[in-house]
Amino acid sequence: MNQRYSDVSFEDRMSHVDFRVAEQPHIVVDTDVCRSCTTKTCVHACPANLFVPTAEGGILFNYEQCFECGTCYLMCDGGDAISWSYPDGGQGVVFRHG
Amino acid sequence: MRDRAGPASSAVTVAEPERPQFDAIVVGAGPAGSAAALELARAGNSVALLERGPFPGAKNVYGGVVYGRILDELIPGWYDEMPVQRWITRRQTMLLDGERSMTVDFRSQNWGRAPYNGATTYRAEFDDWLAGHAQKAGAVLVPSTVATRLLCTERGRVVGVRTDRPDGDLTAKVVIACDGVNSFLAKQAGLFPGDQAEHTTLGVKETLALPARTIDERFGVSGHEGVDIEMLGCTQGIPGGGFLYTNYDTLSVGLVLGLKGLAKAGKRPEEVLAELKRHPSIQPLVRGAELVEYSAHLIPEGGYDTMPQLVGDGLLVAGDAAAMCLAAGIWLEGVNFAMGSGMYAGRAASKALTSGDLGDLRAYRTLLESSFVLADHKKLRKAPELVLSERVQQRYPGLVCDLVEGMFTVENPRPKPGVRKLLRASAKRNGVKMRELARDALTGLRSFG
Repeated sequence: MNQRYSDVSFEDRMSHVDFRVAEQPHIVVDTDVCRSCTTKTCVHACPANLFVPTAEGGILFNYEQCFECGTCYLMCDGGDAISWSYPDGGQGVVFRHG
Repeated sequence: MRDRAGPASSAVTVAEPERPQFDAIVVGAGPAGSAAALELARAGNSVALLERGPFPGAKNVYGGVVYGRILDELIPGWYDEMPVQRWITRRQTMLLDGERSMTVDFRSQNWGRAPYNGATTYRAEFDDWLAGHAQKAGAVLVPSTVATRLLCTERGRVVGVRTDRPDGDLTAKVVIACDGVNSFLAKQAGLFPGDQAEHTTLGVKETLALPARTIDERFGVSGHEGVDIEMLGCTQGIPGGGFLYTNYDTLSVGLVLGLKGLAKAGKRPEEVLAELKRHPSIQPLVRGAELVEYSAHLIPEGGYDTMPQLVGDGLLVAGDAAAMCLAAGIWLEGVNFAMGSGMYAGRAASKALTSGDLGDLRAYRTLLESSFVLADHKKLRKAPELVLSERVQQRYPGLVCDLVEGMFTVENPRPKPGVRKLLRASAKRNGVKMRELARDALTGLRSFG
């Protein structure tokens, strides 16, 4: 009960969110574009922490636990690096207490 | 692959439909869309209400309170049936600086009785309830369906939407875009100006379970009374603010963070939030509460000067899609502005449908201007900029805490300092010139006065 919130791992944090995961990704990241990006703002700004830098300087992206907020495409400095769309109807995040 | 809605999606040109399937299509069953659909259906129009989530509210997050006065007009007797968590009877504005805080705390038991002022609610329940009223009035709710594109005639008139369903084109005489802060439909229609990231904030929120009795004790309320705390100076230099409010047996604690500032700061949103939760004024309130949901959403905070064109050819824009959130520091409202704008959009559309003249859609703007929706936004047009300014964000919380600490720290045997002297010293220590303070006070007075 008295654990400190900083102790909640990110995985734990996201395990409390309901997602209806679609078979196809609704967001695709072109890691070749990311390699030349110096800011990589997406990595720290995405509230779901879905953008992971790779050893080769690119970005590994996982769409499954996406809040569909739009932060990444608005902040992206890499032009066309992020192909962004909402998931198909009925798929994706389902907030219960929003 | 199914058709998708995103920043790269564009409108499609179609022949003018001979017989549109609906009088009106409303995109998005949030508070704006459901209010619009409700008004349209009540006036006897056929309405399709599209929702991309599996149910209304599934995609929605908010940071505070639903203010009910506009519901008096939309759903008389609403407070006997609305899914309420707690009625706000205590409203606090808190300035935080380091380990200090200064709070203005107001309580009114009037707000805990009919006709009430505002309430906390879960959007999954509230939005579903409001959409239910639109349905009862005759609107057809179509959930799990994304409106991906506008259907436009060659001359640019909007005559329907494409959806992500097979053979999913739907036609109507009028379309109302209530498709939220990203509003790809308003963008497709070319109604949106400028750099959206500049005046958009990211809201992150934790819903934390705590027994109702513990909430009552910690927050000094009982029964279905609740507290709303708005905070400034808790975002580690990122322009924004914080909030904490009580639901029945959960707390919602969160932050709004300006996107540009967040980009520059290089901090993760949940880490900034964790820091707020460790503040000595907040930690005792949230201690031991267990995370039941983490959520995030964008908020259009720029206000009046950043709104899109509200009326297009055959198209109206309402709610977050029209940047109707009021982020004016001491007033932080959104759901009521969404419902208000949606209601007037529905009325204007009804008028145009009755007269058969789409030019009558322009009445929407007039209705908004003669009501709180645009009157408040216009009056407070300078407020979002002031509230998110460097001085208000980073200097004034410290200035106020220094001033108050100076007033109440007893320095015997030294005599008490005069308040004016303290103010000068506090301003200087926080890098604020008296001239700037006077100017901001004047801007504040002009906006809020």
